[in-house]
Amino acid sequence: MDIKAYIESGILELFVAGQLTENENKDVQEMMLKHPEVLQEVLEIESAVIKLSSAMSPSDNMHLLQLIKDKLQFGGQDVKVISIDKPRYNWLTYTGWAAALIVGAGLLWSLNQNKQLESQVSEIDMQNLYLEQQIEQAKTDLAVKENLLNILRDRDIISVPLGGQGDFTDSYAKVYWNKEDNSIYLDAQGLPDAPEGKVWQVWSLTLNPLTPTSLGTIDNFNDDDNKIFTITNANESQAFGITLEPAGGSETPTIEQLHTLGVVSQP
Amino acid sequence: MELDQLVTDFQNKDQRAFDKLYHMYSDSMHGIIYNIVRDHEIAEEVMQDVFIKAWHKSDSYNASKGRFFTWILNIARNAAIDKTRSKAYKNSGKNLNAEFFVDILESSDNLNNRMDAIGIKKYVKALGEKCKKIIEYLYFKGYTQKETSEELDIPIGTIKTRNRNCIKDLRVLVLE
Repeated sequence: MDIKAYIESGILELFVAGQLTENENKDVQEMMLKHPEVLQEVLEIESAVIKLSSAMSPSDNMHLLQLIKDKLQFGGQDVKVISIDKPRYNWLTYTGWAAALIVGAGLLWSLNQNKQLESQVSEIDMQNLYLEQQIEQAKTDLAVKENLLNILRDRDIISVPLGGQGDFTDSYAKVYWNKEDNSIYLDAQGLPDAPEGKVWQVWSLTLNPLTPTSLGTIDNFNDDDNKIFTITNANESQAFGITLEPAGGSETPTIEQLHTLGVVSQP
Repeated sequence: MELDQLVTDFQNKDQRAFDKLYHMYSDSMHGIIYNIVRDHEIAEEVMQDVFIKAWHKSDSYNASKGRFFTWILNIARNAAIDKTRSKAYKNSGKNLNAEFFVDILESSDNLNNRMDAIGIKKYVKALGEKCKKIIEYLYFKGYTQKETSEELDIPIGTIKTRNRNCIKDLRVLVLE
């Protein structure tokens, strides 16, 4: 067969246009396989038609490719999509979770830290309050003691030491007597605590004849810290004595229980 | 041959082969379809239908029956012509009787492949009137030789050689 005449017949152009019968198509196919120049001719015809029709395309159509793929549900088995998208997805996911964990842990830590600090602050507040009370207490104590010192230093004060008597030689006491305001300050630090059911009773004495006058019992003796007691005394006392009496006190002193006694030295 | 392998892969549902074939033929099909429907949105609709159909019906292609290009060209032409026959399309009031592909190339409708189009526009002007029509009917509209001969009022026996000469001219203009 004359290849050139075959090409020139125009059958290849109709072949590309799709205008041939099934048998004619088969013949052309065979000719293409046998004769490279026929194949070349077909390729050029096709290429020219593609080029002309492409020039008629009204707009870019690459966005349609994605739409078509979506409709065909591509991607499930598309290796390219997996290899690019999935690691990125994982990387983002893991990073996201890691960040969330770190933030969460940090938040918990901060909360805990805050709680600890709050409890520390409240503890310190308590300590401050306690210390303030201590200071207040010390100030009060100091004022009391200064007051006491001023009283004892007063020029009008008569100091009467009371010595231990009989079996109670270890006992002692002191009376500071201010005749101007009829008050005495009894320093009873040298006396032991009163036993259960007993009470210390203070006596004012005149000596000739010996007449005791009760100045009262010291009911709060055991609980007192500085053992200094203020007592009113309007008597012309010549001596002071302290006896241990049954609770509630006695009319007359129990001489066997006279612990201390002291005579007022006349000026 | 490379194209044969690509088409075989495509028929075996290889998505990358689909990608490549789309890149090779989508502009051409878009032009063919638009030339028939003359509406951007409808053309895009038909484009999707055509490539989806090609994917699903890839088995129906057989190399012994023709070129892959011819196969998909056939799908595109038929889909576009079907579209123009739909009620909705007819109601849109388009008059396609006087439309030729040359109009697209000569008007500013064409935004794609601008450089090529400008070049081609020049060449198409150089094509004879009968050639433009023969190419339009045989390739872009899918008319038979008989229909084309009747439309152009030339003997059916001369269509084949006329077309050969027209394509020859086109090849000279387009491919060089």
